[in-house]
Amino acid sequence: MNQFIEQIIYGIQLGSIYALIALGYTMVYGIVKLINFAHGDILMMGAYFGLLSVTLLDIPFGLAIVLSMAVCAVIGMLIDIIAYKPLRNAPRISALITAIGVSLFLENIYRVMFGAETRKMVIPTSLTQTIAIGNIKISYVTLLTVFLTIICMVALQLVVKKTKVGKAMRAVSEDQQAARLMGVNVNLTISMTFALGSALAALGGVLYSVTYYQVEPYMGMMPGLKAFVAAVLGGIGIIPGAMFGGYALGLIENLAKAYVSSSWSNAIAFGILILILLFKPAGLFGKNVREKV
Amino acid sequence: MLKVENIEVYYGAIHAIKGVSFEVKAGEVVTLIGANGAGKTTIMHTTSGIIKPQTGTITFDGKDITYTRAHTIVEMGMAQVPEGRRVFAKMSVKENLEMGAYSRKDKGSLEADYDMVYERFPRLKERRKQLAGTMSGGEQQMLAIARALMSKPKLLLLDEPSMGLAPILVDEVFNIIKDINKDGTTILLVEQNAHKALSIADHAYVLETGKVVLAGEAKKLLNDDAVKKAYLG
Repeated sequence: MNQFIEQIIYGIQLGSIYALIALGYTMVYGIVKLINFAHGDILMMGAYFGLLSVTLLDIPFGLAIVLSMAVCAVIGMLIDIIAYKPLRNAPRISALITAIGVSLFLENIYRVMFGAETRKMVIPTSLTQTIAIGNIKISYVTLLTVFLTIICMVALQLVVKKTKVGKAMRAVSEDQQAARLMGVNVNLTISMTFALGSALAALGGVLYSVTYYQVEPYMGMMPGLKAFVAAVLGGIGIIPGAMFGGYALGLIENLAKAYVSSSWSNAIAFGILILILLFKPAGLFGKNVREKV
Repeated sequence: MLKVENIEVYYGAIHAIKGVSFEVKAGEVVTLIGANGAGKTTIMHTTSGIIKPQTGTITFDGKDITYTRAHTIVEMGMAQVPEGRRVFAKMSVKENLEMGAYSRKDKGSLEADYDMVYERFPRLKERRKQLAGTMSGGEQQMLAIARALMSKPKLLLLDEPSMGLAPILVDEVFNIIKDINKDGTTILLVEQNAHKALSIADHAYVLETGKVVLAGEAKKLLNDDAVKKAYLG
């Protein structure tokens, strides 16, 4: 029983990371209808910036997270402005191919700059300790991951629901032209969306590297893909859907690993995804809303 | 207030607007009438800065806005009620109004303006927490007008505000337009319902396939034989 609870907790930890990444996928899709395949690489860059700022700048871990999020927010905006903005009115497939190109470009730039070898993530020793609640042991990394993710999700909800920029994001994602007629600077709003999504992915990247102790140029691919799946599972473009999808995928994967077989865990996770999409093609939270005209 | 001079607009190879000029003076209601495909909506989009003309100039409030970006034009005091209402369906009525006030810098007087809009459209006050997409077509049209008013425009562009509405609501919409004008807002109105539009307008321009074919005082056009035949049945 204790082992089961521990596995659930690890599943939530993994799911938190997927959810953080999935949010960026879903927000960007919601606003520009683009599957940003370079999003997983933002996670990779976030992990590198985290590692580098701890080792080179010698700053505290908490500050390293914030710095990494800020740098990745700027990079996310730059990627949008340089690679995607010129294609705003092009067929969607062009932007999609560009996204794959950006992804490969980033992976290879990092391989050239830092080498292909896996680096060991530097983790503050305090984080590697565990606390025991009854017979259940939880590491501080797990607590930190779950806690930071929840804070970010609440903050994101507040931004999207209550702030002016959040309302502009929702307006642009619904009807770009109408938003423009309200005086919304659409390009700026899209950039802000990329910035927010990238900051969350950077946090996900640091937490991911802390969980698995390692950093390498291709580390973003698998979690990026799974987060994309999580976003689709919840209903792409729907923020609570991405959160739910992330946790669901993390839990399924971890339980499959623990109780079935670790080599089957991905197959089981993706199999369940296929099953769900067969019955709910728009995702769990997606529905075909018919609007009155 | 608004002066459009000799604009030409292309959609790719299609020559949609072939040299159109018109003027809206402060305090007036000016209407552009014409059949489907005459280019009315294109002219509205060009005036608002959503599309840019290949040639010609647009002057608003004494400033050249031909190449000004759409969101800046809104800040300058021009608002549009787009064709088909285009309310934000997944946002509440209140949030739609907040989007209307997006360009406002004077946050202090916003509350008074919400009250003013609610007074003009009591239904919107009742429904302010409801999602806009769940309202009826008439209510959505009222919301689209109210939303545009929240930017406190000097010039209000209305694109087919009576489209798809029941006759009783059409009358209501035109009464509201008259009231808004009486309260000091200049109006540029695009309509297929030529009779209604001409009856509330000061000046009118008749469009056919991207060109102005007739222009003049609205009352005169209302009695013009050619207009009667073509648009008033």
